[in-house]
Amino acid sequence: MRQPIRQATLNKGFEAPAEANSAGWTGYGWDWLRAYGRQIGALFWKDLLIELRTKDVLASMLVFGLLTLTVFTFAFDLRAESVLLVSPGVLWVAILFAGTLGLGRSYSHERESGSLEGLLLCPGDRSAIFVAKLLTNLVFLGLLEIVLLPVFSAFFDVSALKPGVIGIILLGTVGFAAVGSIFGAMAVNTRAREVMLPVLLLPILIPLIIGAVKATGLLMDGQPWSEVWTWVNLLIAFDVVYLVVSFILYEFVIEDWG
Amino acid sequence: MSASEAIKVRGLTKRYGRTAALRGVDLDLMQGEQIAVFGPNGSGKTTLLKVLAGLLRPTKGSLQIDGMDYKQDGSKIRRRIGVVSHHPYLYDDLTGEENLLFYGRMYGIEDLAQSVERALDRSGIKRRSRDKVRTLSRGMQQRLALARATLHDPDLLLLDEPDTGLDQEASDHISEFLEHDHGKRRSLVMATHNLRLGGAHCNRFVILSNGKVAYEGRTDGLKTEQIEELYRNHASAN
Repeated sequence: MRQPIRQATLNKGFEAPAEANSAGWTGYGWDWLRAYGRQIGALFWKDLLIELRTKDVLASMLVFGLLTLTVFTFAFDLRAESVLLVSPGVLWVAILFAGTLGLGRSYSHERESGSLEGLLLCPGDRSAIFVAKLLTNLVFLGLLEIVLLPVFSAFFDVSALKPGVIGIILLGTVGFAAVGSIFGAMAVNTRAREVMLPVLLLPILIPLIIGAVKATGLLMDGQPWSEVWTWVNLLIAFDVVYLVVSFILYEFVIEDWG
Repeated sequence: MSASEAIKVRGLTKRYGRTAALRGVDLDLMQGEQIAVFGPNGSGKTTLLKVLAGLLRPTKGSLQIDGMDYKQDGSKIRRRIGVVSHHPYLYDDLTGEENLLFYGRMYGIEDLAQSVERALDRSGIKRRSRDKVRTLSRGMQQRLALARATLHDPDLLLLDEPDTGLDQEASDHISEFLEHDHGKRRSLVMATHNLRLGGAHCNRFVILSNGKVAYEGRTDGLKTEQIEELYRNHASAN
């Protein structure tokens, strides 16, 4: 080994100096967990800071989501007897379409600056990139929903601001963000990435869409929870399966970024 | 493998579909040695560096960095290398300082503020360190890229055409940086078209041609003109 004039001291979790290494990335101990958390924090901070400056993701999501609600308001016959049949679907279409647009853009600054490779060169477990992207996408989707829900309630004259409905939207959003974060990574290096993401994403989301629309509709209609549980269970199962699968597969997906 | 070997490559082949970018490359680099990789466009220089950096998986052959294999010790190896490529790997909408802070956190540098301060001093762009990267010239971005790649004080530095597209002043900075870096006894692999730069800062060189090592030698005692002649004779081989 060279005798380096060391100018940087690395924390133990990153297994830095071989001679001092006890609990490195391979150790999966407390140091590893701290280093892993620090990486997630750094990635999350970086994404939020860039979004704060560019407003690339949020602006496009919000405009598209609001336009979708507006168009559907005029496109459908919204008499009292039909509004509860139609409106849950409209709400979820607006969230999914606007969200898909945002998920695609959330990887664009990595590609444009060539930083995908920079991330791959960093030490540590690459699943940290997935967790950070998931958190960022959850924040962006949450902000989108905070804006869309009151507007949706006003346009369709339904009460969507109930705790139950908000809970269903949260459950649906977690699954959507989990699938979107991994498929966004897949699509980012493809030639037709703008088209590729929805083509990959929407078929996978069909169980989530069915569960979320049904549960939202039943709760807006004031139905008892006993009627809703089947759909809630479907959403929970979807979230758990796709969180776990995406977490495990992410490293293989981003391997080709180089 | 000797304990002091920084890189050991045997029979390295990399294919993109039916096209072979590397065809059975063998390469050894001892700790603290500097090697220049010369070759015409398409000879496999960038592919070789990407494989060494772990960004591409070889199709065939073996690769060890510091006696470790990417399959088992990918994270440990990545900790030990720094890479400068055509892309600076910087975020345009963050400032230079924020970029270094971000990468410093990714590498787990504990005395981060001081390390970033030192890196900015060394790169000579401290005055512009709070400007967004997109407002910096290509030369300044490349200085920042060098600061990013060496922030964690890697044992092995991989440079892929570091002076491409730079003006004279920025190229001079690369030279100064490499000159200063010699004192750290860091191992270096530099792919470049600039035979003068490679000859001045590396003690060995290889000439790649069509994905194979066509010539391998030492730069000691060789003038740039002699390296040029060797290059002319071997760059179109294979």
